[in-house]
Amino acid sequence: MSEALLEVKHLKKYFPVKQGLLGRTAGHVKAVDDVSITLRPGETFGLVGESGSGKSTVGRTILRLTDKTDGEVRFKGTDIHSLSAAEMRLIRPQMQLIFQDPYSALNPRIRIGDAIGEALLDHGLCTKAEVRSLVLEALEACGLSAYHIDRFPHEFSGGQRQRIGIARALILNPDLIVADEPVSALDVSIQAQIINLFSRLQQSKGLAYLFISHDLSVVEHLCTSIGVMYLGSIVETATRDELFLHPLHPYTKALLSAVPVPVPRLKRERIVLTGDIPSPANPPSGCKFHTRCPFALEVCKAEIPLLRDAGAGHLVACHLA
Amino acid sequence: MEPVMNIDGLSTEFFTEEGTVRAVDNVSFKIGRGETVCIVGESGCGKSVTAMSVMGLVEEPGGRVTGGRIGFQGEDLLRLDKNSLRSIRGHEIAMIFQEPMSSLNPVMKIGEQIMEPLSVHLKMNKKQARSRAIELITQVGISRPEQIMGSYPHELSGGMLQRIMIAIAVSCSPKLLIADEPTTALDVTIQAQILDLLRGLKEDSGMSILLITHDLGVVAEMADYVIVMYSGQIVEEGGVVELFQNPQHPYTRGLLKSKPVMGQRLEELYSIPGQVPSPLALTPSCYFHDRCGHCMPVCRTRQPLLKETGNGQKVSCWLYEEAELYV
Repeated sequence: MSEALLEVKHLKKYFPVKQGLLGRTAGHVKAVDDVSITLRPGETFGLVGESGSGKSTVGRTILRLTDKTDGEVRFKGTDIHSLSAAEMRLIRPQMQLIFQDPYSALNPRIRIGDAIGEALLDHGLCTKAEVRSLVLEALEACGLSAYHIDRFPHEFSGGQRQRIGIARALILNPDLIVADEPVSALDVSIQAQIINLFSRLQQSKGLAYLFISHDLSVVEHLCTSIGVMYLGSIVETATRDELFLHPLHPYTKALLSAVPVPVPRLKRERIVLTGDIPSPANPPSGCKFHTRCPFALEVCKAEIPLLRDAGAGHLVACHLA
Repeated sequence: MEPVMNIDGLSTEFFTEEGTVRAVDNVSFKIGRGETVCIVGESGCGKSVTAMSVMGLVEEPGGRVTGGRIGFQGEDLLRLDKNSLRSIRGHEIAMIFQEPMSSLNPVMKIGEQIMEPLSVHLKMNKKQARSRAIELITQVGISRPEQIMGSYPHELSGGMLQRIMIAIAVSCSPKLLIADEPTTALDVTIQAQILDLLRGLKEDSGMSILLITHDLGVVAEMADYVIVMYSGQIVEEGGVVELFQNPQHPYTRGLLKSKPVMGQRLEELYSIPGQVPSPLALTPSCYFHDRCGHCMPVCRTRQPLLKETGNGQKVSCWLYEEAELYV
């Protein structure tokens, strides 16, 4: 097995809750609470969970777009949260981010050729003379045409804008791309095109993806390993086959059974969860999932279950599994 | 049995600076009693505008329903005056939207918002309306109804708000509930709850549902009858089982194939090339022709008509009219 590209160990990110006139810190929202991830070159790690589970915060903290509270993020062996601003700047081109809504990520007044080439010039990775040909190359790799280079963002459809977002990340020749819900805003037929583009780029360039999504069918299609998050913690993590064939955590089982399958009149065993995801500012005691878990026991209310190995690297945090 | 709603030749146009856009183009379908009809399609295909036209929500000068008939209880909704339409909307035909937060009044308590249609349409007094509202909140699966009555929308989660919207919609026992992407903004576990709730309410009350969605998984779970729209037109329709087992239009086939399905591993997903044509640049042709793998010369110059193909399915595609062409 090759060396890990990204190693996240016990990552924590707490946001303070301010209260009162003096802005006293009254408590913390534990957005990310002890998350560990290992990602090797050419692999895709899928992070799934409902809104508010902290999956986007994990992505942002890994890229140091927000500071960590505790834990470690090692990228190619370097602890990136210990780097100075100048050192961080040098490493940034190697780790890129793709957003859900590519329209709000693009400046409406900048031609897309300039938007894509900007980072190259900023980081001094090429000369002004070279930039146009590199942009053209990136456009082509992402399924856009040369005549698009001088157009403005509003002239593109949603799917094309996402291609621009990908081209923009890709041109820096990164090793890691954090993709935060990159296909969620797209129509089915366009979604398939973008998913295929992700796979093709991975094969040709050996990219590693951290793929953040709430859509389990997309995650199953793209990811080599998957982590399921609930209220800031990973409750189960395994390789794709393990997770989809032998899910152990009741939350994972519920998520899997809730995904609508395009087969009419299909009888499925379904675990319907009651209630909503609790507030991360005031999470339940013990196992955070016990308030919605159909199998909860007394022990679940009192003791926090730890992630333990259920065999072959399949980790699960549940008293019952 | 008489259908609840009979839509015939509905066309809706919008007037933009660049020209007139026909968002809904000669759409006809029926909704039977207790039936769930799903309209499925991608953004811009006209599925929401169809629903808005039915509710009389397309307003001039922006747009106008330019033709057709919407038969409901022996009357044509398009020819009713404002007052008669108002007595039907929210009473016999109710609607829920994708964003429950923006459909509710943020400065009005939940309770008052549920009681409003009860006093307006059913002429209940305050006391009756209040106890009915509490019943409704319980019916949509929310505990502590008294407390919820006094809450404001911002205090509730998206899933709870959508339940409240459903409670308001079913409060006057509508004959038809129009649900426009009711679960798109919700998490899968909450989506499963809301779909279960809608199914349960339908079984109990016998109301019909017109469900608008882009998600084929939701369609398979909810629909009795499916309508596939593309660029403002119906390209295929049929019973849910027949349509999923034997999709006929290349667009329907493409849609079904391009959705990743859990448990089905593929090296590469099928994807429909290209994108939806601009509604301003449509010429008499099959609107899907430049994305279609079976495109023939006739597809570029003449529009296919929606025709029965047996099995209760209808499709508008030249592939199924070959025989006629060569006669």
